Amino acid sequence: MNHLQQWLPRLVLAPSFFVILVFVYAFILYTGYLSFTDSRMLPSYGWVGFENYTKLFSLRHWNTALVNLAIFGVLYIVICSALGLLLAILLDQKIRGEGFIRPIYLYPMALSFIVTGTAWKWFLDPGIGIENTFHNLGWTSFHFDWIKDRNYAIYTVVIAAVWQSSGFVMAMFLAGLRGVDNEIIKAAQIDGASPVRIYRKIIIPMMRPVFLSAFVVLAHLAIKAYDLVIALTGGGPGRATEVPATFMYSYTFTRNQMGVGASSAIIMMIMVFSIIIPYLYSELKSGDNQ
Amino acid sequence: MTRAISQDNAVSSSRMTRALIYAVLLVFIFYYLLPLYVMVANSFKPLDEIRGGDLMALPKDWTIAPWASAWSSAQIGVEPTGLKPYFINSILIVVPAVTLSTIFGALNGYVLTKWRFKGDGLVFGMMLLSCFIPFQIVLIPGAKVLGFLGLAGTIEGLVLIHFAAGIGFSTLFFRNYYAAFPTELVKAAQIDGATFFQIFWRILLPSSAPIIVVTVIWQFTNQWNDFLFGASFSGFGSTPMTVALNNLVNSSTGVKEYNVHFAGAILAALPTLLVYIVAGKYFVRGLMAGAVKG
Repeated sequence: MNHLQQWLPRLVLAPSFFVILVFVYAFILYTGYLSFTDSRMLPSYGWVGFENYTKLFSLRHWNTALVNLAIFGVLYIVICSALGLLLAILLDQKIRGEGFIRPIYLYPMALSFIVTGTAWKWFLDPGIGIENTFHNLGWTSFHFDWIKDRNYAIYTVVIAAVWQSSGFVMAMFLAGLRGVDNEIIKAAQIDGASPVRIYRKIIIPMMRPVFLSAFVVLAHLAIKAYDLVIALTGGGPGRATEVPATFMYSYTFTRNQMGVGASSAIIMMIMVFSIIIPYLYSELKSGDNQ
Repeated sequence: MTRAISQDNAVSSSRMTRALIYAVLLVFIFYYLLPLYVMVANSFKPLDEIRGGDLMALPKDWTIAPWASAWSSAQIGVEPTGLKPYFINSILIVVPAVTLSTIFGALNGYVLTKWRFKGDGLVFGMMLLSCFIPFQIVLIPGAKVLGFLGLAGTIEGLVLIHFAAGIGFSTLFFRNYYAAFPTELVKAAQIDGATFFQIFWRILLPSSAPIIVVTVIWQFTNQWNDFLFGASFSGFGSTPMTVALNNLVNSSTGVKEYNVHFAGAILAALPTLLVYIVAGKYFVRGLMAGAVKG
């Protein structure tokens, strides 16, 4: 009996740990292994060394995907952070109706990226969307067809993604602002510092941890971005909005190049882990020190 | 935490600045509401009114036909079934997956904080890291293993996948919550002879309501909104709502029925929106807990 009580906690934890061990870690190893094989339509185990990786980085589509990820990732992170901080600061000025405004800013986060993509797809469509609206208003020279333009389509992904996530970043900054010690601000005010100066020199620098959290969350969302691209542009026009996640899917499941697909998944994982692991490590360490 | 009342950070400012602040906030209210408005307004219009008219205008000729079509007769893939069967699939997947990942998350959090053992840090670390992997990395072996288990293309297979993807976050939520729970109470109950499950049931669970709500909402939102697993692992009879919506919108045949697409998008969004409206506070808390660990 006593023996059972001693082992029970571990027994209870075991099923979850087993599932994680198989479905996450063993799967990662398996995908890693496949990335060194000649797998095409189905997994096969002929060892080819780094051939898939060499091939991957010589593919035009993969380079497009990386460039798009860089454009998307940088703009998404920078705009969401800037907008989130701005809205949080404005909302923190004893705004009447804050309890009404905040949920409106945040609700897109509850939606599926597929829903967001569908809404923005038609909204940005030159035939029926905003371009058409402006034409109806009489501004016939108004032109906004980025979603159909190879060079600009990736920016429409940014527009929709910022709409979805910026409210969440706002909520993170607002929580950070509410945690700032009032005494410091009072003291600065007595010293005659202007509001802008107080924010620039005191409050915003104190938001460093929030910037870091927002960066990590947004960066990892950006690298994983798949649904939104599929729903909004389907990776097109052509393959103009290809990102690593859509590349991995199409090379693995529709182009029958599983080895290359697996190697792209490994690269994606390395990108995510190089952001997440240092962050988790520092978070856990600071948690232990408290 | 966001519910806290506004502090004195607000720097006193002139009437002009305040008017400007309100103006900017108002602009952004429009920005965030506009796509929702466009979806709702156009889901009630006949198709010609959208094609010949203006996406921003209210319907002149109100109709619920697009809703009826999206729900029960629109062409999804090859079948003219509407979204209804897929809505039901999503429920059949999400309800057991949320329940399981919440129950096991609670037990895991309890073990990892109150029954610590050698190596528990490593176990937790591995579960935590699993929250952040790009899911592309599990797609190929996932399809293989589900096939091996005879679960390829089934509801059960997707439940298993969602459980595996969600258990890390559930464990994280409960672990952080129970870490603040006084261990002395657990020790005292142990001395009184209470068993492992008695302690969990009588001492921890009664005070766990908030974190259970946070976890259920987090898992529900993520699983309902999942697209990648649904697209990769579902078959005929287990395709979830998001995949069906995407098929509806991107089917290349026939006329584009924008009004039906919008109605379908709202149907897909409704469950999570409802949860957000009813329990927004907990939704935000979950998002924060997912972002800020420690």
